[in-house]
This record gives sequence, C-alpha cells and structure tokens, in this order.
Amino acid sequence: MACLSWKRGRGPSSCRAQFLGEHMARVKEKLYEWIFAALAFSSLVFLIGIVWVLCKESLPIFSRVPLGSFLFGKFWYPTYCPPEFGILPLILSSVWVTLGAMVVCVPLGVGSALYLNEVANFRQRQILKPMIEILASIPSVVYGFFGVVLVTPFLQKVFSLPTGMTALNASFILGLMATPTVCSLAEDALSYVPRSFREASFAVGADRWQTLIKVVIPAAGSGISTAIILGMSRAIGETMTVLMVAGGAAVIPKTLLEPVRPMTAAIAAEMGEAPMGGDHYHALFAIAFILFIITFVFNIVAEIISRRFRIKLGISR
Amino acid sequence: MDDSMKMCSENVNFFYGRQQALKEINLNILPNKVTAIIGPSGCGKSTFIRLLNRMNELVPHTTLTGRIYLDGQDILMPCVDPVEIRRRVGMVFQKPNPFPKNIFENISYGLEVNSIRNKRFIEERVVESLKKAALWDEVKDRLYDSALNLSGGQQQRLCIARCLAVKPEVLLFDEPCASLDPISTRKVEELILELKKDYTIAIVTHNMQQAARVSDYTGFFLLGELIEFDKTEKIFKAPEDHRTEDYITGRFG
Ligand SMILES: Nc1ncnc2c1ncn2[C@@H]1O[C@H](COP(=O)(O)OP(=O)(O)O)[C@@H](O)[C@H]1O
Ligand SMILES: [Mg+2]
Repeated sequence: MACLSWKRGRGPSSCRAQFLGEHMARVKEKLYEWIFAALAFSSLVFLIGIVWVLCKESLPIFSRVPLGSFLFGKFWYPTYCPPEFGILPLILSSVWVTLGAMVVCVPLGVGSALYLNEVANFRQRQILKPMIEILASIPSVVYGFFGVVLVTPFLQKVFSLPTGMTALNASFILGLMATPTVCSLAEDALSYVPRSFREASFAVGADRWQTLIKVVIPAAGSGISTAIILGMSRAIGETMTVLMVAGGAAVIPKTLLEPVRPMTAAIAAEMGEAPMGGDHYHALFAIAFILFIITFVFNIVAEIISRRFRIKLGISR
Repeated sequence: MDDSMKMCSENVNFFYGRQQALKEINLNILPNKVTAIIGPSGCGKSTFIRLLNRMNELVPHTTLTGRIYLDGQDILMPCVDPVEIRRRVGMVFQKPNPFPKNIFENISYGLEVNSIRNKRFIEERVVESLKKAALWDEVKDRLYDSALNLSGGQQQRLCIARCLAVKPEVLLFDEPCASLDPISTRKVEELILELKKDYTIAIVTHNMQQAARVSDYTGFFLLGELIEFDKTEKIFKAPEDHRTEDYITGRFG
C-alpha cells in the first residue's frame, strides 16, 4: 500500500518519503487516540480518588462509634461533651424532604413531559422546552432565596408556625428544582416509544387517550421510572437550598411542618466549624460517604432500568 | 359511487406540507376481492392506503381534498369519527409492530379499547383470531409469552390476528412481507387468500409477483398518480399504458 505511487512511475526515493509521511500520520493518529483515551479515563481516576478520600477520612469515626449506632443513633450532638454521633435525624430529614420533593416533581415533571410529547403542537413545544431548560439552569442559591423570601412567610402564615423554614418548604423548592430533570428525561423516554406502537394502537380503533394510557406510558414506563429516580438523586444531593430553607434542626421530624437538617445541609453547615482531623470532621465525611453510596445506588438502578427499557423497545445502545 | 364498491376514492389529492403526494386518485375497492397497489417506492402507495383508514391524519401539516367512501358513506365528513373508521378498516404495517406485551394481550387490546369487558368473550375472540391468522398452533402453549420473542413472520401474523380481533370489514396491508423471509411470505400470502372470503382486502406491495399471486385487481401508481387500474390479469398480460408495461417488465423502478 505504502508504495503504490512507485508503480505509477515515480522514483524509489519519493516512495521512501511517502512511507515516512505515512508512518508519521500513523503515529499522530495513535497519539490522538491516547490523548482522548486519557481524557476519557480521567473521570474514572477522579471517581476512584473521591471514593478513596471519602473512605480514608470517614473510617476513623467508626473506631469511636460503631456503624449501627452511627446510622441509627437518634441524637446528633457533635459539639457536646461528650459528643453524640447518631445520624438518624439527618437521614430521616433527607428522606422526608426527598419524598416530599417527589410529590411535587413527579406530577409536574411527568405531566409536562406528557403534555410536551403528546398534546403540545410544534410552537408550544418550541416555547416550553427552552423554558424548562432554563428552570434547570437557575443556580440553587436563587431557588433557596426564593424559598426564604416567598415560601417561608407563606407557610408560616398559612399553618401559623413558629417558623416557615420547614421540611415542607424544602420539599417544595427541591421539587421545583428536580422538575426539569424529571421532565426532560421522561420526555426522552416518551419520544423513544416507536411511532409504530401508536399506529398499531390507532389501527385497531383506540383513541388518543387509550393509546397514551395503555400503550405509550407502559412502553415508556421504565424510562419514566429512570427519570424519577434520577430526579430523586438530584433532590437528595441538593445542598444549598436545603441549607437555606429547611430550618436546620437536627431532630427526628414528626411532620413535614418542622424544621429539619438533611445530610447535605449538615455537612455544609458544620464542615467549617469541625476541627480538622477530629471526630466531628470524620463523622461528616462518613455522612458524605453514605450520601455518595445512596446516589450511586440510585444511579445504578436507573441505569439498569433504562437498559432494560431500551432492550424492551428494541433500541440497542 | 356505485353500490357494488366496498371503498372508493374520488378525486383524492394529498399534500405533505406543499409537496403533493397524490394527484386526482380515483380507485375502487371491491368487496371480497384483493386489490393490489403497486409502483416504485416513493410513488405514494403507503400514503394512499393510509388515507383509507384516516391514518394520515396523525401526520401534521397535511392537506387532503376529494372524497373517500366506505359503504357509500363519505368517511372524510367532519361528523365521522376516525376511531370508528379505523375499527372498521384494519391495517397491517410494513414492519411487524406487536406491542411489548404478551401474545394474549396483544390481541385482546383491540377489544379492550372498544369497551369489551366480558372475559369469556375476549378469550374466545383471541383464540378465534389466532386461528384465523394461522398462528394458533404455533403459539397455543405460550399465549402469555412476550410477543417480541416470536419470529418476524409470526409477529406479522400476530399483527394480522390483532386486526381480525376487532372484526373489521376491510383489511389494509402495507407491504406486509417486506421484512419477511420467503417461507413466512408464502404463509402470509396464503393467509390473505384465505381471508379474502370474509374481508375486503387492499395490499400495497412492490413485489410484482406477489401482486400477481394474491390480487384480483391491481392499481399501478407512479409519482403520485394512478396510471392504470384493472383486473390483475389484464394489468400483467396486456397493460394499456406503456409506463405500466415498462414497470411490469422491469424496465424501471
Ligand atoms: N410523513 C411524511 N412527511 C412528508 N413527506 C412524506 C411523508 N411520508 C411520505 N412522504 C413523501 O410522500 C411521497 C410518497 O411516499 P409513500 O406514500 O411513503 O410512498 P411509497 O409507499 O409508495 O413508497 C414520497 O415522496 C415521500 O417522501
Ligand atoms: Mg410505503
């Protein structure tokens, strides 16, 4: 191959030059390949690095507090003497706030995805989609601000509470924040449903509503679940907003109308005051590690479900 | 429009946006006969057949003029419910498109959406449809398996059974064998000949041998126009139009 030109009557020296040229080209190509591979694998390196640091920094606390009483201890008094490191109040706060957020973002997100995909005409879609994307790009501190200034006094008045900074407030704001995630992923799932399914349904005399309920939504079902799980993962990891509006009380919440301190808020609020290398410091790392595991599991589950979904619809990717 | 027609199109023009896909189509579909529509790809065969059950309404930005009759009734009138038309005029598509559900549910679906709730009745109708579609023997032991595990040919016969379950009067086939192997194709063709006794059938195909084998009447489409429509024998033995002859003898397309 390299010497093809020689046959066309050029001298052997030009053949050698061309050979060299091609050799250089091949080296260059390999080089690019390596550079991009390094870039791609760097994220893996970072992931491993993060896990390693989380492990290393959180392990010391378990020599002080056994894992069981760390996870299920009812009292989080990290600065008392003697301190107590039970993170159940923090976990439950996170759980309550996240579930509350789901109540807001699932109907909103899935509903708007259905509207966008099934009802909206071209123009409406062109206006709505970018708006929903903008909703996703608003910084969380702005959402938090919105919660403090508007939702807090509102809740305080309506429920006549001592403070409006409650789990309900955080749920509402987090729900709004997770809505774009849920919406755009659910919309993707709906748009992956092949047109042929809809056509088959119409062809036996189903109307639009029946087609939607009985064919499109079941077919997109696992894709929509993926959207919801990723929305949850977004809500549970959100920090700034809950720091601003959740109220911050590290006690086990009995209702959504009490102030709470989710795990992320605890880490963010206390990291600055925890002496480096102390028990409190390691405990906060342990919380971060648990949080990491939770979101990691959420993402894995979402990935598994969405892979099945693609197989089911015959989208091989 | 004369009474002996099952379906009939009168001066039908159809546009996708500004692009005209069908020009002044006048075509009759006789009851209990197989009408084939042939022509090179892109000539508007699918577009035409999808008008007969008002399927093209689902495509945005289209315009339709002319009239289409079913049993003498103009199905394009605003008072006609397209859902009702689609129940009476069933359709089988080019690519087998079973739902990602089990075999039984695939067929009972059409009954459910037409508000039939009686379980016994549904079961009987499912069995009957599968038998009519010549699929019963192959699937009777695995009615609750996913329909997606069937072979392509079985899937296509399942789609036919799904159509039959709602007891349509007319069956439209849009290149039903395009993605099937020769043996499955034979089975589907035999099935069409069998179904002709009870149904009126229109089939789009770009396989001329297939048109010759299964149809009684043939229409030849070219660039959105119906060039010639006649008894199949006549079309294949002694076409009037030289373009039909060119196509049949394989001189183009
Ligand atoms: N959904 C659509 N939107 C715009 N143009 C279309 C659409 N479907 C078909 N067409 C056009 O209409 C013409 C006829 O297409 P079709 O009826 O599918 O032909 P055939 O089935 O004979 O191959 C083609 O030129 C095609 O590009
Ligand atoms: Mg076609």
